[in-house]
Amino acid sequence: MPIQSLNKRESALKQSEAQLKILSNGIFQNGELPTFKAKISETQQYPLKAKKLEILQINLGYMCNQVCAHCHVDAGPDRKEIMTRDTMQQCLDVIKKTGAHTLDLTGGAPEMNPNFRWFVEEATKAGIQDFIVRSNLTIIRANKKYHDLPLFFKKHKVHVVSSMPHWTRGKTDKQRGDGVFDKSIQALKDLNAIGYGIPNSELKLDLVYNPSGAFLPGDQASLEKDFKKALKEDFNIEFHHLFAITNLPISRFLDYLVASENYEDYMYALVEAYNPLAVKSVMCTNTISVSWDGVLYDCDFNQMLELPVNSPVKHISDYNENLLEGRHITISQHCYGCTAGAGSSCQGVVT
Amino acid sequence: MQKSYYDPADLKKFGKISEWNETLGEKFFDYYGKVFEEGALTAREKALIALAVSHTEQCPYCIDAYTKDSLQRGITKEEMMEAVHVGAAIKSGATLVHGVQMMNKVNKLEM
Repeated sequence: MPIQSLNKRESALKQSEAQLKILSNGIFQNGELPTFKAKISETQQYPLKAKKLEILQINLGYMCNQVCAHCHVDAGPDRKEIMTRDTMQQCLDVIKKTGAHTLDLTGGAPEMNPNFRWFVEEATKAGIQDFIVRSNLTIIRANKKYHDLPLFFKKHKVHVVSSMPHWTRGKTDKQRGDGVFDKSIQALKDLNAIGYGIPNSELKLDLVYNPSGAFLPGDQASLEKDFKKALKEDFNIEFHHLFAITNLPISRFLDYLVASENYEDYMYALVEAYNPLAVKSVMCTNTISVSWDGVLYDCDFNQMLELPVNSPVKHISDYNENLLEGRHITISQHCYGCTAGAGSSCQGVVT
Repeated sequence: MQKSYYDPADLKKFGKISEWNETLGEKFFDYYGKVFEEGALTAREKALIALAVSHTEQCPYCIDAYTKDSLQRGITKEEMMEAVHVGAAIKSGATLVHGVQMMNKVNKLEM
């Protein structure tokens, strides 16, 4: 049976309060799981403070042509939240005046926002060093109007970052839906054909690996080696880097953990793998995440849990770098996900 | 009161073995850690060997640990089951090859 969004299923977990309740109280009998706050306090890292902004992450909407089993956005075709052109203009005003070197466009499928191309064209003029679009790959093959996306990306030297849970069809389709693997392979071939992902090419193509289940990602370098070998041998596909990202226990992944009775073990695994060295480099310390309606968050996980920035500035229209820098980052138990093992961010490991 | 000899939660307590003999415990974990480092064999190959041996040793803790470890390394179900069959083949072969001893003994004792 195809996966449905929590929203479509009318699951109790579609409400962020319900998720936070599980995260805060857990289903643990004796409260033995330490709080993230207590854990980072052990090494004098509480409160976690924001440093200078380096990455502006903008979510163009929760609409997506895919429904992935682990999606922390709970994105899907039924999600109608989408950034308006007015909010995009407010983002552009900020992009022009901020010193951020990376612009990171996410969704849903960001390409499904009708103003996506206009926004990319305008934002490119701001001279951002690394302009990332998180493309799910299948959107390129979804219908005719998206077939020229690779050329559009190339024209604007967009850095394409795409999810690929495994080099085998079975694992990929199980996480991301039937037929996703074959369409993704075709999209990767299309991107390779115009120079994306080829060694030394300035057209950057990176893949994102999320574990397809209740376990943590293995060593990023080893996984990258295995992915490269398999995709080259099986399909003659090339890409630059693999980012291994830990699934955070929120939204659809949290629903899966609870339903499969893996929640408790997964939380223990995250706590056991807690790495104090990863704390100082977690992505919330140099990133601002902007939601489809312009609200500011420390990261896109806090966005999904509706935990806005702890600052007088709450919306992109009031953006003020001075007021945001040094803010205390809002934390909860899900933050263990970004500090497990080598750490995890939208750019892969952090240590 | 617990009614099973095996408790999955005991796996998390494995490190506590050192508490009753720190010297030998530490030597064991140091050795164990070194064994699984990348060497002439990749860590991936070692994980599959460990998974196969976990089955032949019929250690439920090891099976849990190395199944999870294999998944983390991106090892597929097919690869994992093949490794288990290698273990099973060796285990059954090891049983069967002792049949030669039995045959030798029978041949010696029978007229």
